[in-house]
Amino acid sequence: MVRTSFERRLHELQDDVLVLGSMVEKAIYRSMEALKNRDLEVAKQVIADDSEIDRKRFDIEEKCIELIVTQQPVASDLRIIVAVLNIIIDLERIGDHAEGVGKITLMIGKEPPLKPLIDLPRMAQKTGDMLRRSLDAFVSRDAEAARKISKEDDEIDGLYDQVFRELLTFMAEDSKTITRATRLIWVAHNLERSADRVTNICERVVFVVTGKMEEIGGSKY
Amino acid sequence: MDPKIETKHVNFYYGSVHCLKDVSLQIKEHEITALIGPSGCGKSTFLRTLNRMNDIIPGARIEGEVLLDRQNIYEGSVDVVELRKRVGMVFQQPNPFPKSIFENVAFGPKMLGLSRKLNLDEVVEKSLRAAALWGEVKDTLNKSALALSGGQQQRLCIARVLAVEPEVILMDEPCSALDPASTLKIEELMQDLTKNYTIVIVTHNMLQAARVSEWTGFFLLGEMIEYGKTVDIFSRPKDKRTEDYITGRFG
Repeated sequence: MVRTSFERRLHELQDDVLVLGSMVEKAIYRSMEALKNRDLEVAKQVIADDSEIDRKRFDIEEKCIELIVTQQPVASDLRIIVAVLNIIIDLERIGDHAEGVGKITLMIGKEPPLKPLIDLPRMAQKTGDMLRRSLDAFVSRDAEAARKISKEDDEIDGLYDQVFRELLTFMAEDSKTITRATRLIWVAHNLERSADRVTNICERVVFVVTGKMEEIGGSKY
Repeated sequence: MDPKIETKHVNFYYGSVHCLKDVSLQIKEHEITALIGPSGCGKSTFLRTLNRMNDIIPGARIEGEVLLDRQNIYEGSVDVVELRKRVGMVFQQPNPFPKSIFENVAFGPKMLGLSRKLNLDEVVEKSLRAAALWGEVKDTLNKSALALSGGQQQRLCIARVLAVEPEVILMDEPCSALDPASTLKIEELMQDLTKNYTIVIVTHNMLQAARVSEWTGFFLLGEMIEYGKTVDIFSRPKDKRTEDYITGRFG
């Protein structure tokens, strides 16, 4: 009585999560690219593409409901589906943060740059990397990797502190920079929140593997 | 709180076949315990050890202890009729006697000589009410029980058990011959009955176990593999074999 078709659909569901994850990861990178290059077209594209992410998330949610209704999953099958339902919310929110960066880029428009961007792209790179690896950990059921990735959120928090301090200095020295600096702090905040969402995904991986709900990492913010 | 029933290292043999292996578990009072497992795993045999229903099988032999309120029911001094009054049983197929509805429920109290002390009308009404059947049969108590639907017959059988005021009710696949609506009624009834009774149910329907029980035991090849809170068994079982069985990956 091996449930082949159920197995297949459960795999497809996880593939869908990976697809959604890569859409979101791309949104993070592209929003940063738009900000760095003052490329308003790319920023607009990121904003427009967010509705694709939202659609995909609902599509996956529908599939979860269908599997619950038709297959009445239990044990690890149930935990996978519950995890997926949670992970897609986190992914969708990270997508919203990328969209937020796109919107901030549009606000900044063609104003002269305050400074060359270094730590913000680094935050985006790190967040995207953590995101991808957290989903790899999910499909490979690797709780240890998930715990490790979650700890890396400290690096993001460190970069956030650094960006904040630096921009504060700008503002303190020259009040004309306040608007531009504040907008960059918003960007940093979006990235910091995104990385926190990744730690939620890591918690779900641990739940799938061990059946235990545990807070791991615990962001400073 | 002491368990209502506790089994200690129960081994059971049909002739040379060793069909229960060292089963120890505790059944909590006023809660529902479900026993699940594939056909032939020993769960029904185990259920029947709890009121000595296996005694009548030739060549059957039991080792270990089954304690009801801390007294071993296999001790020589135990009166089996009295035991089965305290630990009643409901079977897979509703098995009303070919008598009236009233007579079916009154049968037990009469047999046990309780009728002299009690008003039979009251006992019958109380039992039928507790079995959630009174409203449907109160005007037809003298009609044959065999005219009832399957679901009603099963509730009648439950009323018949309740009439002798047991402490524990054993149910062996009580819903497998019933349609979904009747099944739900029995499940609701079981929940109500836990106010006054301890229930042990054997079921093939895992979702039923998940719906009704507080505790679940998984049996495989005569062994009790895992026993725990139902929510834990169905969301995070500890044993791979439990996981494989309940997720349908049993080879």
